[in-house]
Amino acid sequence: MSRTYAVAAVAVVVLATVLVGGFGLRISRTTSDFYVASRTVRPRLNAAAISGEYLSAASFLGIAGLVLVHGPDMLWYPVGYTAGYLVLLVFVAAPLRRSGAYTLPDFAEGRLESRQVRRLVSVLVVGAGWLYLVPQLQGAGLTLKILTGAPGWLGDVLVASVVVLAVAAGGMRSITFVQVFQYWLKLTALLVPAIFLVLAWRGDGQPRVTFDAHLSAFRADHPLYATYGLIVATFLGTMGLPHVVVRFYTSPNGRDARRTTVAVLALIGVFYLLPPVYGALGRLYAPELIHGGDADAAVLLLPGRVIGGLGGDLLGALVAGGAFAAFLSTASGLTMAVAGVITQDVLPSRGVRHFRLATVLAISVPLAGSLMVSRVPVADSVGMAFAVSASSFCPLLVLGIWWRRLTPPGAVAGLLLGGGSALLSVAITVSGAVRPPGWPHALLAWPAVWSVPVGFLAMILVSLATPRRIPPGTNAAMTRFHLPEALTTGRQR
Amino acid sequence: MTGAGYAVIVVLALLLFGGGLLLGRRTARPLRTSDVGTPVEHATFETLHTASLAAPPLRAGLTGDSARRSARRLRSLLGTDALCLTDRDGVLVWDGEGDHHGRHVMEQVAGVLETGRDTAFRSDCDDLDCPLKWAVAVPLTVDHRVLGTLVAYAPRESAVLARAAGEVARWVCVQLELAELDRSRTQLIEAEIRALRAQISPHFIFNSLAAIASFVRTDPEQARELLLEFADFTRYSFRSHGDFTTLADELHSIDQYLALVRARFGERLSVTLQVAPEVLPVALPFLCLQPLVENAVKHGLEGAVTSSRITISALDAGSEAEVVIEDDGTGMDPQRLRHILRGEGGGSTGIGLLNVDERLRQVYGDDYGLVIETGIGAGMRITVRLPKYRAGVHGS
Repeated sequence: MSRTYAVAAVAVVVLATVLVGGFGLRISRTTSDFYVASRTVRPRLNAAAISGEYLSAASFLGIAGLVLVHGPDMLWYPVGYTAGYLVLLVFVAAPLRRSGAYTLPDFAEGRLESRQVRRLVSVLVVGAGWLYLVPQLQGAGLTLKILTGAPGWLGDVLVASVVVLAVAAGGMRSITFVQVFQYWLKLTALLVPAIFLVLAWRGDGQPRVTFDAHLSAFRADHPLYATYGLIVATFLGTMGLPHVVVRFYTSPNGRDARRTTVAVLALIGVFYLLPPVYGALGRLYAPELIHGGDADAAVLLLPGRVIGGLGGDLLGALVAGGAFAAFLSTASGLTMAVAGVITQDVLPSRGVRHFRLATVLAISVPLAGSLMVSRVPVADSVGMAFAVSASSFCPLLVLGIWWRRLTPPGAVAGLLLGGGSALLSVAITVSGAVRPPGWPHALLAWPAVWSVPVGFLAMILVSLATPRRIPPGTNAAMTRFHLPEALTTGRQR
Repeated sequence: MTGAGYAVIVVLALLLFGGGLLLGRRTARPLRTSDVGTPVEHATFETLHTASLAAPPLRAGLTGDSARRSARRLRSLLGTDALCLTDRDGVLVWDGEGDHHGRHVMEQVAGVLETGRDTAFRSDCDDLDCPLKWAVAVPLTVDHRVLGTLVAYAPRESAVLARAAGEVARWVCVQLELAELDRSRTQLIEAEIRALRAQISPHFIFNSLAAIASFVRTDPEQARELLLEFADFTRYSFRSHGDFTTLADELHSIDQYLALVRARFGERLSVTLQVAPEVLPVALPFLCLQPLVENAVKHGLEGAVTSSRITISALDAGSEAEVVIEDDGTGMDPQRLRHILRGEGGGSTGIGLLNVDERLRQVYGDDYGLVIETGIGAGMRITVRLPKYRAGVHGS
């Protein structure tokens, strides 16, 4: 397999990201174009940007790998990643936008009027962000290793430095357009090779893909429990992902935030049709990946295997470019979000220099983590970030938006017990202290089933026990969350 | 591998611990250490501490809510069995036992409200077992106006209590005066905003109408357009609700303003606009960019300059938006600008800048004042940083 094309494709994606992000699309306009310049980001554009940022290494490489090894049970992953937006749409999107919050700590402070809760949420956001960044970097390392034979750490370091460069140089000036571009690039990079692969498969006489029962058994020894853990984590965790939350701020109002979410559902729904195709075809054409080997590499290897020749090389290069787009967009979005929280709530004073320092801090910790920790399948480690988010931010957002009697002590208790226990379980699992088989491992590896109820219960019970601490501005905040903007401001336009 | 794993556990555990520590330090009350000095000093500390706890609620003025929240502290400061706070119309709060006295209090303190002098009286209770036999009522005065009274009850006459009640009342008065001061400062700022809104009008309205008039015969369509722009612009500028707006609305109003200005100056003024769509929903104080643009137009076209270029850009900078307004006009001596921003400018020049600077600092804190780069003949570049979120700032 010729590596030149793939390396060139990766180089182009990296360069484009640095240039566009660093220098910005400098489009100047005269006042006659004012309406074009001052138009807020339309829901569909914003949705493409959210999808571009959201579709990470786990979606691009991980799902195909899991389907390849473990069979159709793994389809719960794409379903969960998509359905999270449904929950977001129904319960959170519009009120969150109307709250005016830019980050989750902003929301906590605005709703509960407490600096302590704000600080705690900041710590958890940074933690969840770091947890999500590790698999992105590891995925980059894996991709580069397969494409060029470079040592595994090189890709991690490359993506980390590109993100730092792009963010520190220009703060990602035209971030929306970069992310929109990344979404379409990722979709194309999976769709075009997929079409050729399916054609080749038909030309091959349409061999049946079989998932033997003994091979396709769920990895866990308690498959039903693990599936529920996955479902709870992904359905409820999406709303708390720091890089998703900040993008809703771009919507001009609550209604547009809802429309954006609907469009996101459509966009990522289409995208998630593709990885299972790769998984199934990988079963046929790259069966050695099932036993040992990096199953996450299936997407990258297939075009070369099935089609071969120049065509295969070019398609392989396209996939590699798309994969790097996935790492870069998610990693930079997360790094920006985490760095924003670090500058606001951790570092003492503000300013551009601090933001750069925070960027370095935001990515160097997960970089160290990705180099130290053994490789967990990317979809799994992303699932853990979802579990932490689901057990801490989901109760905070849902109760904060829908329940008047939430108090700061209640929120603190819920965040510490729910988010803290999920974080701890994940840490124990990653460290390998508790190994499968057995219930202890299952409970710790898929904590969402119990940690989400723990978070909710702690928040509700402690809030009920401290009724005197209900923030005085609760009614005003609720009114702002739930009434359309035009009503609360009395503006007629 | 497992070694590395353990290291991760340790790091995460440290993170969790650090978070808990931070939280604990914020929420915990300082422990009473044994080293508090002599009993007298200890008592002094206690008193000062109680007084400092009672102060914040009172800073909101004398209302039912503030009275309720401070009464317990005030009573423990005086060490009486019961304490009552009234305003001119009725009892605000009764703290302690025997609140059946509350019914008669207003009759008994009527004299105090009238004269503004301390009065001691027997409480004349029907209940013989009632321990509250005697009371002292002290007026709460601010600017020679009696706002209410503080009534302290005791089982028997006590000169000490009478004096203590007087002192506590005076202390409460000081807090109430501060509250009054706060209120008048807010009123002053509101008045300033109103003045700023009014300040836009005379010259600008006159000039715009004159410019529109010049089009009425030659280009009626254009004149109509401009009149509509004018109507929209004034409606926005004179709107009465809300102190905050969104960057999108503010920029829209600036666009209308510029259309009217260009009707007057034509080709002499060219404007370039560069706006990151991500920052359009940012909330900001109402009319805090328009004066800056007006300033740029004024400077750009001042003197013998034949043509001027103004650049307005709004960039996304993480958790902040950065708005830059730049002109290539005559500029200004930095020393003079410094005087203006200190409020020593005299005359009307730069009032707009000063006002905007003050309002930004008031809303976002001193880190967020205007940053102005200028020199004589070097144009002017004004940078405004706007946080994307600040508690209490909601664009409407």
